[in-house]
Amino acid sequence: MNIIVCVSQVPDTTTKIAVGADGKTIEKNGVKFILNPYDEYAIEEGLQLREKFGGTVTALTVGNDSSKDILRTALAMGADKAVLISDSGNSDTFGIAHSIAEYAKTVVPDLIILGRQSIDYDSFAMASMVGELLSLPSISMVSSWTINGSSITAERDIEGGKEVIEASLPCVISAQKGLNNPRYPKLPDIMKAKSKPIDAVTGASVPARVTTVSMELPQTQRRGIILNDSEHDITELVRLLHEDAKVI
Amino acid sequence: MKIIVLLEPSGNSIKRSSLESITAARALGATSIHGFMYGGDANSAQIAGEYGLSDIAHTPATEYSSTAAATSLAQFAKSESASAIIVAANAAGKEIAPRVAVKLEAGYIPDCVGLALVNGLIQGTRPVYAGKARIAVSATTAMSVYALRPNVFTARKAENATSVNVRTFTPQLSESDTRVKVTNVIRNEGKLDVLEADIIVSGGRGLKGPENFHLVENLADKLSAAVGASRAVVDAGWRPHGEQVGQTGKTVSPNMYVACGISGAVQHLAGMSSSKVIVAINKDKEAPIFKVADYGIVGDVFDVLPVLSQKIGAVTGK
Ligand SMILES: Cc1cc2nc3c(=O)[nH]c(=O)nc-3n(C[C@H](O)[C@H](O)[C@H](O)COP(=O)(O)OP(=O)(O)OC[C@H]3O[C@@H](n4cnc5c(N)ncnc54)[C@H](O)[C@@H]3O)c2cc1C
Repeated sequence: MNIIVCVSQVPDTTTKIAVGADGKTIEKNGVKFILNPYDEYAIEEGLQLREKFGGTVTALTVGNDSSKDILRTALAMGADKAVLISDSGNSDTFGIAHSIAEYAKTVVPDLIILGRQSIDYDSFAMASMVGELLSLPSISMVSSWTINGSSITAERDIEGGKEVIEASLPCVISAQKGLNNPRYPKLPDIMKAKSKPIDAVTGASVPARVTTVSMELPQTQRRGIILNDSEHDITELVRLLHEDAKVI
Repeated sequence: MKIIVLLEPSGNSIKRSSLESITAARALGATSIHGFMYGGDANSAQIAGEYGLSDIAHTPATEYSSTAAATSLAQFAKSESASAIIVAANAAGKEIAPRVAVKLEAGYIPDCVGLALVNGLIQGTRPVYAGKARIAVSATTAMSVYALRPNVFTARKAENATSVNVRTFTPQLSESDTRVKVTNVIRNEGKLDVLEADIIVSGGRGLKGPENFHLVENLADKLSAAVGASRAVVDAGWRPHGEQVGQTGKTVSPNMYVACGISGAVQHLAGMSSSKVIVAINKDKEAPIFKVADYGIVGDVFDVLPVLSQKIGAVTGK
């Protein structure tokens, strides 16, 4: 099975965010970048499928030189190949999906696996966009699935329950937490990954379809009424919820 | 400005998030709004009239396929020469909208918590970086697609209700449109999902063990609320995965969110900070959850929850 796993580099969730000089993106200085946590599930899923069905796992990212770190993590986990598609840095989600799709057309994979969202922009759009650009079916936020020949049966969370979905290979899926337990790369593999080649591909740049007008840090407009645990205060809380906030 | 709103069937009505989308389209001052519904029973959309929507196109479908739904919606929007499409950023909307945007070469703005008309352009506001920042985004294309975070926009009835005319829209589907389909839906029996609840009572590690969650469930009962959980207690196996709120769990915006024994880690806040009213109960007065709380009680959940449940029960009559 020929598998592409798409990975992305994101700020560590615990980093403090400040607005950059352009007023539209974050200040990148001092920010620690990591492999998007959901992409670990995507890589692991690719590796497990390769172990079961044979084939190759190609880890791919659209980014710049600094994105090599996450490709090395994917190689250390066991990916066969790594591809860095260079990007102008101005691409929107569509532009990145377009670059991924253009590369995929040259390798014709059986499966493209992504993380369910990248934790920077949380757009949840990549699987559907890549699927659309390649005229392939896609299933997002897969929490469990089986592949039988070329047919897929997958489950995904919806409001109030789960959906069972059938599709066929080739297909694009995005991985939900719980799909598997991502392996930790071992030290020797981390060392070996350092000298493995990373293929450089030039991205096809397309005009962005959306543009950020401004970025700001949200101001909380919360009431901030903090009470004690006395019976009097608990009674007061209930009164406030009933009479002021009118939520009960 | 002509806007198409995706209407999702739900039982014998349509989802509240669809009514929120109609209201948002009205608030933008759309010259005309048209509903589009894929599958379900077209008559169930009558309620849209109370929200000022008179024209609904319906594509009958016996099976649900996200790709066929996307193709149908895109073809309808094109036939209407619409300038914008609004869907709910729920499980279905998040799969359909990006495909529709690609088909129509439209800019896609997901997870909007605000929509405004600025110099004739629709601007969507959305949280990014786990809610640590917000961006205002607009499309550079003639057509644009917006997904609205459910329960953030309020569904408001129109001053004058209109009668609803439902027409059938027949799309041109190809074989590649139906290669993915839903074959079964498994409902969580008897349990309210955090994504559908007006009120959520969530418990965290402060509950000390799964055997103490009856304290949380009891308060949830008095409020007709859903039970939610932090990742720490889901990972520990105390609560099922479906209850997890946060960046790796579900993103919710209920009318009231009660966090019990939850510290308020940024990944948890990412999933609930757009709740309308936030209540926190935590014994550590420095816990970050208090920074986003409207109301807080500094105290031990084991002491506070039974008293609070009893007093709330007296108000709600449960
Ligand atoms: C990539 C990533 C994704 C994540 N996604 C999520 C997510 O989706 N959702 C999520 O919730 N977390 C997520 N986390 C984990 C998050 O960082 C926190 O670890 C988690 O939210 C902590 O859960 P908690 O608040 O229950 O536990 P703790 O942080 O341990 O907090 C327990 C709180 O209970 C209080 N307490 C203790 N005893 C009592 C008592 N008797 N009475 C009252 N209060 C008491 C304590 O003061 C403390 O504030 C994620 C982390 C990462 C790295």
